[in-house]
Amino acid sequence: MAAENKPLLSVRNVSKQFPVGKSFFGRPNKWVHAVNNVSFDIYPGETFSLVGESGCGKSTTSRLINRLIEPDEGEIVFEGKDIAHLPEKEVRPLRSEMQMVFQDPYGSLNPRMKVQDIIGEPMLIHTKMSPGERLKRVHELLGVVGLSPAHGERYPHEFSGGQRQRIGIARALSVNPKLIMADEPVSALDVSIQAQVLNLLRDVQEEYNLTYLFISHDLAVVEMISDRIGVMYLGHIMEIAPNEELYADPQHPYTQALLSAVPVADPEIEKKHVLIEGDLPSPTNIPKGCPFHTRCPRATDKCKGEVPPTMEVKPGHFVNCHFPGK
Amino acid sequence: MADTTTKTPAQGEFASGEELPKAQGRAKEFIKKFLRRKTAVLGFIVIIAILVLAVIGPMITPYDPNAYDYSAILAGPSAAHIWGTDEFGRDVFSRIIAGTQLSIGTALTATLLGTAGGVVLGLMAGFFGGILDSIVMRICDVMFAFPSILLAIAIVAIIGPGITNIMIGLAVFTVPSFARIIRGAVLEVRGELYVEVAKSIGCSSARTMFVHVFPGTMQALIVNFTMNIGGAILSASSLSFLGFGASVTQAEWGAILSQGRNYLAIAPHLVLFPGLVIFITVLAFNLFGDGLRDTLDPKLN
Repeated sequence: MAAENKPLLSVRNVSKQFPVGKSFFGRPNKWVHAVNNVSFDIYPGETFSLVGESGCGKSTTSRLINRLIEPDEGEIVFEGKDIAHLPEKEVRPLRSEMQMVFQDPYGSLNPRMKVQDIIGEPMLIHTKMSPGERLKRVHELLGVVGLSPAHGERYPHEFSGGQRQRIGIARALSVNPKLIMADEPVSALDVSIQAQVLNLLRDVQEEYNLTYLFISHDLAVVEMISDRIGVMYLGHIMEIAPNEELYADPQHPYTQALLSAVPVADPEIEKKHVLIEGDLPSPTNIPKGCPFHTRCPRATDKCKGEVPPTMEVKPGHFVNCHFPGK
Repeated sequence: MADTTTKTPAQGEFASGEELPKAQGRAKEFIKKFLRRKTAVLGFIVIIAILVLAVIGPMITPYDPNAYDYSAILAGPSAAHIWGTDEFGRDVFSRIIAGTQLSIGTALTATLLGTAGGVVLGLMAGFFGGILDSIVMRICDVMFAFPSILLAIAIVAIIGPGITNIMIGLAVFTVPSFARIIRGAVLEVRGELYVEVAKSIGCSSARTMFVHVFPGTMQALIVNFTMNIGGAILSASSLSFLGFGASVTQAEWGAILSQGRNYLAIAPHLVLFPGLVIFITVLAFNLFGDGLRDTLDPKLN
């Protein structure tokens, strides 16, 4: 979608490691390599998804973009401006342009604030609207996400998980952001509620011309909502492709294994399972060469020694693998 | 978008899919739970009575608390003087009622001052961490190393006796315990997701700290404030008893007790009644504080 446009957000070779363990003198002696050399672009109006198993660095990536964490290396270009190392004071106003929706609908709303104050808070911070104007907008937003103005007077504990996630979405929408980063927005919800929230996300995307960075481990959810998908493993991007392309013709052995693990609700269909062996390596000690070589059925000595380059196998379809294909 | 099924957002599906839990008044629920704790309710009633007495006390005393009556010196409890009289013939009951204001006022003011200082320090230490945290907490550790009453005595000894100085002394030794309690509560709240969310929507540090973190420490604050008042009353009385606080002419519980000590053998009512009043007041605050803590602790409900 719209690949010829200028990207809204461009993540370039971003890395982040966290210290763990301390030596006797309090210096960290181990590092978790959470995000390694990650690059991708997100174009205006599209939904870009990051998928991968838990601990692969998806959430860290979104927090890096929002600058809740400062990256160690790389550039984060948002609307043509590198924000990777901007001081906190200059990042703050930018946050009105990129809001987040979080995974845990129970933890992400302050239990001591009324819903209308929660939704109105970004406006209070980023705009000069009067309290009356804010309240009017809050009521509008409550309508947009399928709640009623009367709900604004209540506290978060009076709502169910799905309703809270709607409140979180209303809050994200309140300052008309360009980019919404949704970090596992539906994985804490029942399947039936998941579909409602996903529909809501799509509806508001059309209505407000939003761009999404969508993070999930659920391949079915990702297939439903994404335009393009990036697959992450151990903090590395493995493959980036348009939605249909990725599901129809996965090139990276890790993507193939992931997709073959999705159950199909039809016993007649016989599936060829690509099994990956072994355990996920510790992110404190990422394998040299291709990070996937310890578990890859196709691995050779080349994979152990050389980090695979990014190859464009088809227009818009990038793979980081020495031996892509079936 | 890939899919074309665009419904108008969600009124219909909402009604069918998720039902709205009934609103329940938090305050109402709290009061209901609190009323189940009989001793705490008793403490609360006594506290209210004492506070009322502190306000209207001087107007309802049967005698002028400072009026001498040389015809009734050191008289035991009787119909005329129900708690007896002291060595100048002053009515003990009237003096204790009149002294409520000073005793409770001293303890309340000292606790308020100390709490305010402790909250500011604890909030900053917990929220910003790092060097500031280390400095504040080490200073607190040093102050904890003194027995608290000794610290207050030392402060009063330096700046001189008097009610105001007692308040300052008590406030200073209240600060570290509150700083530590609030810091602990802040560390707990700071780990909550909604605090990270606050940052993600663009809150400044100050806003995050006061709007999102501080209210989360209120529970610990209220409980410890209540409990601390009991201790402060006792300490203020002790300091007056030791002669650091109220002057002999002032009606203050500790001072009344202190004077009565000289006549312990011949007029025990002089220490019995002020002692009892202090005892009951402190007990009431502690019972109330305990009950409050238990009611607010979700693990105990």
